Amino acid sequence: MAPLDPDTQQTVLAVVERLKTKPGALLPILHGIQDVLGYIPPAAVPLIADGLNLSRADVHGVISFYHYFRDTKPGRHTIHLCRAEACQSMNQKATEAHAKAALGVDYHGTSPDGAFTLEPVYCLGNCAASPAMMIDDKLYGRVTPQRFDAIVAQWEKR
Amino acid sequence: MAVTVFVPRDAAALSLGAGDVAHAIAAEASARNIDVAIVRNGTRGMVWLEPLVEVALSNGRVGYGPVSPDDIRSLFDADFLNGGAHPLRVGLVEEIPYFKKQDRLTFSRVGVTDPFSLDDYLAHDGYAGLMRAFAMSPADVIKEVTDSGLRGRGGAAFPTGIKWKTVADSPADQRYVTCNADEGDSGTFADRMLMEGDPFCLIEGMTIAGIAVNATHGYIYLRCEYPHAHRVLNAAIEKAYAAGYLGGNIRGTGRRFDLEVRLGAGAYICGEETSMLESLEGKRGEIRPRPPLPAVKGLFGQPTIVNNVMSLASVPIILHKGAEFYKNFGVGRSRGTLTIQLAGNIKRGGLIERAFGVTLREILYDYGGGSASGRPIRAVQVGGPLGAYLPESQFDTPLDYEAFANIQALVGHGGIVVFDDTVDMAQMARYAMEFCAIESCGKCTPCRIGSTRGVELMDRVIAGQNRTFHLALVEELCDTMLNGSLCGLGGLTPYPVQSALRHFRGDFEPEPGTRN
Repeated sequence: MAPLDPDTQQTVLAVVERLKTKPGALLPILHGIQDVLGYIPPAAVPLIADGLNLSRADVHGVISFYHYFRDTKPGRHTIHLCRAEACQSMNQKATEAHAKAALGVDYHGTSPDGAFTLEPVYCLGNCAASPAMMIDDKLYGRVTPQRFDAIVAQWEKR
Repeated sequence: MAVTVFVPRDAAALSLGAGDVAHAIAAEASARNIDVAIVRNGTRGMVWLEPLVEVALSNGRVGYGPVSPDDIRSLFDADFLNGGAHPLRVGLVEEIPYFKKQDRLTFSRVGVTDPFSLDDYLAHDGYAGLMRAFAMSPADVIKEVTDSGLRGRGGAAFPTGIKWKTVADSPADQRYVTCNADEGDSGTFADRMLMEGDPFCLIEGMTIAGIAVNATHGYIYLRCEYPHAHRVLNAAIEKAYAAGYLGGNIRGTGRRFDLEVRLGAGAYICGEETSMLESLEGKRGEIRPRPPLPAVKGLFGQPTIVNNVMSLASVPIILHKGAEFYKNFGVGRSRGTLTIQLAGNIKRGGLIERAFGVTLREILYDYGGGSASGRPIRAVQVGGPLGAYLPESQFDTPLDYEAFANIQALVGHGGIVVFDDTVDMAQMARYAMEFCAIESCGKCTPCRIGSTRGVELMDRVIAGQNRTFHLALVEELCDTMLNGSLCGLGGLTPYPVQSALRHFRGDFEPEPGTRN
């Protein structure tokens, strides 16, 4: 487990300190850390456990339960591609296969240039404009393979 | 005077380019030296027309859609600010049959008002329900909700007033009002549209619930896949505090109600009420066995209301206009309105709020206009990933809780996902099991192990290995999951599987893909 550099450690401790008195503080804290760092480094777990008087196993158990929390650094942008029923009914399979090929990754992977991490998601609430996709927190509808390329091209340089 | 132009800020509209459209209108107006006031409203729910631009004229709001930034110049050339003719003109928005033929109660303000404006909310009957509730006894508020016939819109359809009464009657120093905004069902987006389009309505509904059961704290458990709704809710809550509609002394009544938003983290199971409570407490979202009911022993062990967004957002109009008014919509024991979400392979997808009792066929063809692909509609899944697949022969079923229960289907949260005749129902049955395996919390064996075994069995069926034998095992497994699971995830996953087997048997044998 890689130790945290002092800056990161400071970030984690600041989030824990700010939120630890909230009732049910663990999820807000995990969100707070992932919002800043993009992930929850394994070495942050003891700091969080300490702050909340929980065991490391408790904290690890919560992080690993939720699909959204990740313990590895993502690419510069995260693409959440919906693969639920409404999107499937509009040929999501084609967009999915295209996305994987274009980025050169499978789900949970990061493209070789470090630009994009591809994650599956089960519904983005945009089911009347399927297939849907979200890049960071920007939502897209009717994402055909062609439109996928056009959208991703806009994000590549960011 | 500036002309008022409405461009939605709803996430669905934004996903189709509404943000760029708003910018383009502002830029073009400024280049032409024309004074326009752009209001970013919610969506009218007609997603196929998004981005739908509306211009406020003396006779009503005239719409143009779907608009792309490239259309803006020609819209100005056509004098759209005075309702000028243009190929994208759809006329008076409220006269469009899709919209006109609705019973907009819960969604009466969505798409009409500026969701960030408390003044706009107040000008459109906002907080009339809360004011009336303040003039009543808490018991009478609960009675009003009970008498309205409102049943939980999350899917379980439990009478809301009875749930509230249980919470009010459970002795405790602290009670909670929680809103389940973990809208995870594929094909549903009503909660999102309401939260983004009329956030004060949900806040008011929760405040009324707090007053009714003497709860001073509320939580909205929002899925993290909804960042737009998150921003809107937080902004609205801040405004409600500033104007004294939340906090320690609501509008000088001496009553307290505090409200905050908590984010989920991508776990479908947290839409199950006990799992949601675990998650709010900062734990793994594993479900709790019932009893005790959350109404008796819920969040942090205290009596807790857990209601869906649609249920709570229906409360203000019930309190404002009375139980009698609300109850007069609907059929049988399904009273009021259902917010139907028409999605998937459909020409005119969107949100349709109608009194209970409308048939599926009317929704699919009169509103939806048939499939988006132009091919015949072969199957629809109603009620999310745990809902049954219905064939054409069942399209005349009225949308009401009991009629759907009678055909072993569920209305659920009102989502309808449409599939054309290219769908392979054996694959959809496999997906139902796969989804359950991905999202199972792991607490009970039928769900945790059963779903994985289900995927394996379906793989063998699809590969044509000993099909009769394996299909019999699938049936047996479904029976075990249905009867042996602790909650609806494992308990209802058999619905899509069994209904696919019942109505689309040809897709499972002898050759997968052979149509009935």
